[in-house]
Amino acid sequence: MNIPLTIKETQDGLKSKKFSAVELVDAYLAQIKKYNSEYNVFLTVTEELAYAKAKEIDRGDKTSHLAGVIVSYKDIFLTKGVRTTAGSKILESYIPPYSATSVSRIEAAGAIPIGKLYCDAFAHGASGENSDFGRTLNPWGKEYVPGGSSSGSAASVSAGMSLISLGSDTGGSTRQPANFCNLVGLKPTYGVIPRYGVISMSSSLDTIGSFAHTVDDIEIMFDVMRGTDGYDSTVSNFKKPNIKNKFKLGIAKEYFIDGLDSEVENMINDVKKTYEKIGIEVVELTLPHTKYMVPVYYIIQPAEVSSNLGRFDGIRYGSARQSFGEEAKRRIMIGSYVLSAGYYDAYYEKAMKVRTKIINDFDEAFKTVDAIISPVSPTPAFKLGANTSDPLKMYLEDIYTTTANLVGIPGLAIPSTFSKSGLPIGFQLLGPRFSEHQLFELGKKYHKEIDYKPKIAL
Amino acid sequence: MQKYINIIGLEIHIEPNTKSKMFCSCPQDHFGAKPNTQTCPICLGLPGALPYANKEAIKKTIKLGLALGSKISEKSKFYRKHYFYPDLPKGYQISQKDNPFCVGGSLMSKKINHIHLEEDAGKLIHSGDESLIDFNRSGCALIEIVTEPVFNNVSEVLSFVKELQLIARYLDISNADMEKGTMRLEANISLKALLGGGRMDSREVGNLPDYKVELKNINSFKFLEKALKAEIERQTKALDNSEKLKQETRGYDEKTKTTFSQRTKTDSDDYRYFPEPDISPINSTEYIVHSTKIPELPQAKRDRFMDMYKLPKDYVEILISDLERANYFEQAVKLAPDLTKSIADLMINKNMDNEYPEPAGFVKKIVELTKIEYASTSDLEQAIKDVLFENPNIVDSYINGKGQVIGFLIGQVQKVLQGKGDPKMINVKLIESLQKNI
Repeated sequence: MNIPLTIKETQDGLKSKKFSAVELVDAYLAQIKKYNSEYNVFLTVTEELAYAKAKEIDRGDKTSHLAGVIVSYKDIFLTKGVRTTAGSKILESYIPPYSATSVSRIEAAGAIPIGKLYCDAFAHGASGENSDFGRTLNPWGKEYVPGGSSSGSAASVSAGMSLISLGSDTGGSTRQPANFCNLVGLKPTYGVIPRYGVISMSSSLDTIGSFAHTVDDIEIMFDVMRGTDGYDSTVSNFKKPNIKNKFKLGIAKEYFIDGLDSEVENMINDVKKTYEKIGIEVVELTLPHTKYMVPVYYIIQPAEVSSNLGRFDGIRYGSARQSFGEEAKRRIMIGSYVLSAGYYDAYYEKAMKVRTKIINDFDEAFKTVDAIISPVSPTPAFKLGANTSDPLKMYLEDIYTTTANLVGIPGLAIPSTFSKSGLPIGFQLLGPRFSEHQLFELGKKYHKEIDYKPKIAL
Repeated sequence: MQKYINIIGLEIHIEPNTKSKMFCSCPQDHFGAKPNTQTCPICLGLPGALPYANKEAIKKTIKLGLALGSKISEKSKFYRKHYFYPDLPKGYQISQKDNPFCVGGSLMSKKINHIHLEEDAGKLIHSGDESLIDFNRSGCALIEIVTEPVFNNVSEVLSFVKELQLIARYLDISNADMEKGTMRLEANISLKALLGGGRMDSREVGNLPDYKVELKNINSFKFLEKALKAEIERQTKALDNSEKLKQETRGYDEKTKTTFSQRTKTDSDDYRYFPEPDISPINSTEYIVHSTKIPELPQAKRDRFMDMYKLPKDYVEILISDLERANYFEQAVKLAPDLTKSIADLMINKNMDNEYPEPAGFVKKIVELTKIEYASTSDLEQAIKDVLFENPNIVDSYINGKGQVIGFLIGQVQKVLQGKGDPKMINVKLIESLQKNI
């Protein structure tokens, strides 16, 4: 059977009995068995759980939003009774006693969980190379990284090993790998999808990311997962807004930096033209504090990381602190330093002030435009090992993505085309807080206009 | 001559009587519970768990602040306070730093620095070469009251903590039991030399010594008193011998009646505080509205009882030290205002209120007890006759217009009747008889 590429295809197939849910699981597992050892996508395959759920779907209700949809989880999502490692040696044998809210909601909507994925340990990284269990390869080109830290999520969906996947986005960890693997990726507004049960990296920046082939599917996942759960007190409810029919978009002049790859730059210009073609005005705007994005991010994020990783003190969870990887240690050191007495004001406090300035930039921008077109990454997927010896260069990967996290706004990564060397390239739309549905509308308009057809790499 | 002045500040922890813990729905009351039966991912600090602030605990903290005249911070924040200890499962405690719920205030003219809310740690149990952790207490709500270093003697400290305990009970914030650990005390103490004649060097006013000793593990008021006294003695001796005192934490050993060093603090600890990102800043104004019903506080009740019921000071103290008894007393008095003194007597000296759950039953009993069997009318008339016969001079005085002598005559009649005469009846009959003589 051909693996379906959208939720609708899946559900139409199930309803018309073209295939059963059990057959679907067979097909995805076959794909996993064929490629997993080579590409390092799944750390744990939950075959039994998948078949049990599939049988349930075949017997009963096929009408819920995600009935029969095969889902995979980045291994920082707690899954009751199923090992959850965060891609780290520290949690190598950790079996959580409860499931994340997002996991419970996805499964309550009928999705079939197929397994847990590779990722950069504790979600620290932009390439998937910081996993303590091995690096994931990009299904679109084996010598390239799939992006990170939700490396396995992007690889899993683009390799046809699951239809959708959950990742996290703290500084681009969903949008960048989605971008490197030809997928739609959503980083939602902070405080819309509960974080409960997802291993915290940087609590004021962490969001629950979604991976799928189409914007429609991302929208379904978003609507299934959002809303208060009584556990994450930063979450609020909002009503789906009425979508307006006249949009205005902006592109920040600060985005055209030296390191921006010419193919990515050309793509951004093409996106602009596409929108203009369908009658959407695109204007230039300014976000003066853009250059502070990465420095601010790399103060606040390690500070919170150093705090959140403190619980892995060697007393519980079975592994001593020496088991932390290089990147985790680096962030614990930086974070502890910027929070120390005497340095707090100069670093953490100051970074928080600049963060406020950055937020003001965006508040200003959104007075005149509905969304901002931006690159996701300065380049298409880079080669394995290209940035590993230079952490600073790796951090600069985050230049276009940290914005949405620092400001708390949604970012939708949208696949566009392929580079000359055959690697996916795409862009992202950034909108005001709670404007997800508006971004979905704009994404769909774009894909309709370029006649986008989802496909899998393997 | 006093050579030193004691400088004492207090940190008082009170576990509020909320239904659930500070950031999860596990029960707050853990007294006597089987270890590790009241836990969940949140209070165990498991990966992925997040705190959800308990509004009831916030309300109670603000209520205490309002009662003590603190300023309530408009926007209050929680902070993460980092340190490693086996009983602290997250590697940080969620506490407060800048903008705690209550700032300033005072009690018994002693200045309070602030009152904040935090979560408790688990409990370590050491036995043999094994150490066990009970997480039932982990994440329990804890109100901390921090005073300024304004106490100069032990008795001031004792009356302060006792009054605070009473206030916590009056406000229904906590039963503040030392023995159950719902009230815990820590005292910071240092000594400062005075000039000859026991005066303070004017340049030294307001300056604190360069060390302080933190006394911990104090689990009763009696221990607090003993520990403070022992520590003052130790520091006095040390200063007398020109020894330099260290900044340290000390505990009190009941057997040796001395304090012992637990931990030396070389530098001020670096807790790497930063605002807790998992909890948005809290707008306290909405809580103030819900917390403004501050009932009559112990001192006001004390004053009112003295004034209204004219009771001796020690009686008042006993009655107001238990809000339920104070209320019982007032209900009883309302039923029989004439019997105020008897009600107080029987409650305090005989604990008779224990036998009658309802004040009405108690009052009924008192009325029965105080009903006197009066002498018969004929006995009374005979007694009057006898008294008038034996005191012709007094009768003459009366006839000559000296009305006040009637008091003496009543007394004489009562004497004959051995106090069993009905005073009203004696008065009436006596006047009748005297009128006959005119």
